[in-house]
Amino acid sequence: MRNPAITRRFTPREFLHFYAARFRIDLTTNIAYRGSVAIWLIGLILQPLVSLVVWTTVADSQGGSVSGFTTSEYAAYFIILMIVNNLTFTWVMYEFEYRIRTGFFSGILLRPVHPIHQDVTQNFSFKFLGLIGVLPAAVILALAFDAEFHASFLDVVVFVPALILAMALRFIIEWTLALLAFWITKTSAVFQLYSSVSLFLAGNIAPLWLYPDSVQAIASILPFRWMVFFPIEVMLGRLDLQDMLLGIGMQLLWLAIATGLLRLLWKRASARYSAVGA
Amino acid sequence: MHTLVVIRTYLKLGFLNMLQYRANFFFELLGVTTHLATAFIGLAVVFNQTEHLNGWSASEIVILVGIQTMIGGLLGTVIEPSFQQFMEHVRQGTLDFTLTKPADAQTMVSLQRVEGGAIAGIIAGIVTLFAGLSRQAEATGIGHALLFLLTLLSGVIIVYCFLLILTTFAFWFVKLDNILVIFGTSFGVAGSWPITIYPGWLKAGLTYIVPVAFAVTIPAQSLTGRLTAPWAIGTVVGAFGFIAVSRLFWRFGLRHYTGASA
Repeated sequence: MRNPAITRRFTPREFLHFYAARFRIDLTTNIAYRGSVAIWLIGLILQPLVSLVVWTTVADSQGGSVSGFTTSEYAAYFIILMIVNNLTFTWVMYEFEYRIRTGFFSGILLRPVHPIHQDVTQNFSFKFLGLIGVLPAAVILALAFDAEFHASFLDVVVFVPALILAMALRFIIEWTLALLAFWITKTSAVFQLYSSVSLFLAGNIAPLWLYPDSVQAIASILPFRWMVFFPIEVMLGRLDLQDMLLGIGMQLLWLAIATGLLRLLWKRASARYSAVGA
Repeated sequence: MHTLVVIRTYLKLGFLNMLQYRANFFFELLGVTTHLATAFIGLAVVFNQTEHLNGWSASEIVILVGIQTMIGGLLGTVIEPSFQQFMEHVRQGTLDFTLTKPADAQTMVSLQRVEGGAIAGIIAGIVTLFAGLSRQAEATGIGHALLFLLTLLSGVIIVYCFLLILTTFAFWFVKLDNILVIFGTSFGVAGSWPITIYPGWLKAGLTYIVPVAFAVTIPAQSLTGRLTAPWAIGTVVGAFGFIAVSRLFWRFGLRHYTGASA
């Protein structure tokens, strides 16, 4: 039985209203669980801090620079990485398994809005709170490790769309991957593989310029580089205008591919869904 | 003697219980292998640029990663799942069933659940440890090996007591499962490198606040001939101190437990 009033498309105004209301709810929920947010933040700050220490140690032992980058530039890289990671991470992959196992989806599917929108506001509100911890940490680390930033005005201008596209791309790719939970019950192994690969190819362990050319080429063809590393590269002032535009183009291309894939998979997944006991 | 029988029975029951979930072991094995592969590629990138990291060679760091993986598996097999279960019991008031049994409550609480899949971590860690040792230029002397076993045992005891103290807070704050995550994150992220590379404040934090140093770095130092006598003695004495303090605190906390309907 289809209710035409439910399946009609929302107007932009209604959507804006929905987003504002959801964001308020999600923010309040996250504030209620501020202890968990704080503990999550420890990991979010510790990971880049450890990489920062390792690479500044390596650079120092090599007389102050590795692969043409100074100790202070490595510090800058990992500090920007920390901020970009906080703004692009999602944990939808880990939630889907739970959602399907517990029948949580039954209620969500009845709502007249695509469930992805709810995840967007949840994700946004969490990142917003995360910034309260991450930004001061970034300032302190920048001072403690004597980080050197030399972004031009143009770099900062391009950084904004590069970051927004990276956020959108990572979100849509991980949401699409999470849909695998509709077919496979034990998805955590798949997700761990994805996380490990992205740890390298997105530049979390080390900047991509430290890898052999072949690995860098693979990272550029796959979406990983465009989800995290590219905006950092822009902000470090490493790219000329042509490379920056090329990067934005790659981000748009992958965004189009991922969105198409998401629509296709979601249609099949929601048709396939049956709650336990149905 | 009685306690030993209790320990044996609890562990046996735990392992029998876990045999229901055999497939889980292979998923854990897949997970820990992926994790180690990630660690090794990371090491390869680092040691492609330098011969030594703060005086540690590549094979010495492999040894350290092996110890970290092994201890992580050990904690994940019995200690962490048991403590999670304990907090759940406090929250629901079902700890009564444990307390009324005629055996030491701390022993039962610490061994009540076995997560068999995590054994994969212990195995993978030992394999990695020996892989690192075999790549060492000089064979490890028997003295270093014995010192390693001693500091490893002390390290495990210190971590166990540290986690026991944290979990005991559940008697007052009930909802605390996130608190174990703090240790897990510091151990998993910062523990994969010798803590000597970190700046002073972080080194102090990882030694005296969250005892990652005792669990990973110090055993690795003893195996690679880096451990100084004061630290070796300090680790063993620290283990005894931790046993006493955590035991006292546990009993103090237990007196605050009021049960489900009391």
